[in-house]
Amino acid sequence: MNSAQSKTMRDAFIEAIYEKMRENERIFFLSADFGSPALDKLREDFEDRFINVGIAEQNLINVSVGLALEGNIVYAYAIAPFITMRDYEQIRQSLAISSQVRPVNVNLIGVGAGLSYDVSGPTHHCMEDISVMRLLPNFTVFSPSDRLLAKKFIDYSINVRMPKYLRFDSKALPEIYDNINDLKIEEGFYELVKGKKVCLVSTGFMTHRALKAAKELQDVGVVDVFMLKPVNEKLLLETLKEYAYIITIEEGFIGNGGLDALISKVILDNQLNIKLKRMGFNDKYVFELGGRDYLHKLNNLDEEAIIKAIKDFAV
Amino acid sequence: MISTEFLKEKALWARKETLNIHRLAPETRLASSLSDVEIFVVLYYGGILKFDPKNPSWEERDRFIISKGHGAISLYPILADLGFFDKSELAKVGQAGSFLGGIPDTMIPGFETINGALGHGLGVACGTAIALKIKKSDSKVFVLMGDGELFEGAVWEAIMFAGHHKLNNLILIIDNNKISMLDYCRNIVDLSPLEEKFKIFGWETGVIDGHNMESVYNSLKNLKEKKSDKPEVLIADTIKGKGVPQLENDVLCHIKSLKEEEITKAIGELK
Repeated sequence: MNSAQSKTMRDAFIEAIYEKMRENERIFFLSADFGSPALDKLREDFEDRFINVGIAEQNLINVSVGLALEGNIVYAYAIAPFITMRDYEQIRQSLAISSQVRPVNVNLIGVGAGLSYDVSGPTHHCMEDISVMRLLPNFTVFSPSDRLLAKKFIDYSINVRMPKYLRFDSKALPEIYDNINDLKIEEGFYELVKGKKVCLVSTGFMTHRALKAAKELQDVGVVDVFMLKPVNEKLLLETLKEYAYIITIEEGFIGNGGLDALISKVILDNQLNIKLKRMGFNDKYVFELGGRDYLHKLNNLDEEAIIKAIKDFAV
Repeated sequence: MISTEFLKEKALWARKETLNIHRLAPETRLASSLSDVEIFVVLYYGGILKFDPKNPSWEERDRFIISKGHGAISLYPILADLGFFDKSELAKVGQAGSFLGGIPDTMIPGFETINGALGHGLGVACGTAIALKIKKSDSKVFVLMGDGELFEGAVWEAIMFAGHHKLNNLILIIDNNKISMLDYCRNIVDLSPLEEKFKIFGWETGVIDGHNMESVYNSLKNLKEKKSDKPEVLIADTIKGKGVPQLENDVLCHIKSLKEEEITKAIGELK
């Protein structure tokens, strides 16, 4: 694991899109007036295929659908809570429902997973996206934990002609995957640390917390789930059944269809004798102000809380 | 030149068929599907739309997005008559195993999009219009929208967008039947002056009597051939439930289902 700070997921991914746009004239990039350093070059060099629809997420989706129905590959880009919830009906009708009959390739890139916009408050926190996007049939939900994984998704995003939601952190995070070339997106998860009895199953930013917590203890496994839908349940089962205790950790509301639901389903459907604990946000928004570390501490999601949870739960 | 007498006959026939479908599937939105009959007839029989019934996704077709999805029951007999699907399907609307439902979807050959929820069609059409321009295609994008849909905010995002991007391959037809579900639109939130609103958003506009076949035909033909640098809207003043006196005079006609004997009587009185 490389602990050096690197570029953001969005910049890594937009650079990959840029390269693909050079060779593929069917790729369009639409933004709801949302930028990033890497986007400046793309806007300049592909002015015909970059469209800023303005602060208009509903139209962002509809225009993307219209372009995609003509066989184009579309990336639609906005802040995570807005691109998933402001235009949920457009997403439902023209992407999720429609794609069951007439598949289209629209990739929604939402920036600001969980509390990555920490000080901007509850409107900019995104705690519902995993649940609301996983709920939609015909959708893929991708939640990377570092920029290497984000960049790796580019080929999948082009080749799989279905709607997708890409859930990106807004902050630059340390790199986790030094074996990125061997990783398979379709497998959907990776066992970063092999443990014995206890396994932390996490997604996105929380995988960084899980790794730190696991380091402090002996034999605690860490599984990073980056494909929240579709899930390779068979493969996941093979990995999870080796453990007696699983703790899911996510930066979102728990008990409502998030990562915890995904893992519960695997355990239930396969009648596994595994004890499950779920960590995340309870049924309340976060109005307290402060950085992400502080807000996580307040909500029992810091490393200390995770270590304590492992000890209380699995000992 | 297509004879308007022929088009009028087709409209009369389409209304009759629509009533017959309603007999089978009383949950179909009859009144909304009667105000746009002349528009459908002119588009499909008047040589306005380019289409191929045997190849509904023919690349050179004009795209027709029906944003008021519920109001397209009257298009079923037209599509069947033209050969998009077998006419025997019309006897199965709303029945188990049929693909013709109360609200059309993309399982039906000839429907570009699914529009049960309102206010989405114009935005999708904007994306399609841009895609066609970039392909340097001569095809146009037609959209049919109800006036009640204009209450949806997303429609105005699309109206602004189309005007700004000068989408001159986009033709919007508003079936201006003036009635929403519970009341006259003017009593809910007054949309007037509608034509002026489009003008200041950068659109070319026209207002016609949507039941006068000569007007509908001449206007659509003109719009199709005209070279403009703006998107175009045709506001077709129509009557919700047109052709069935029992519906025409009822502000609550949107959700009204006719009984068996009322349908027979209505068919007999059609003109």
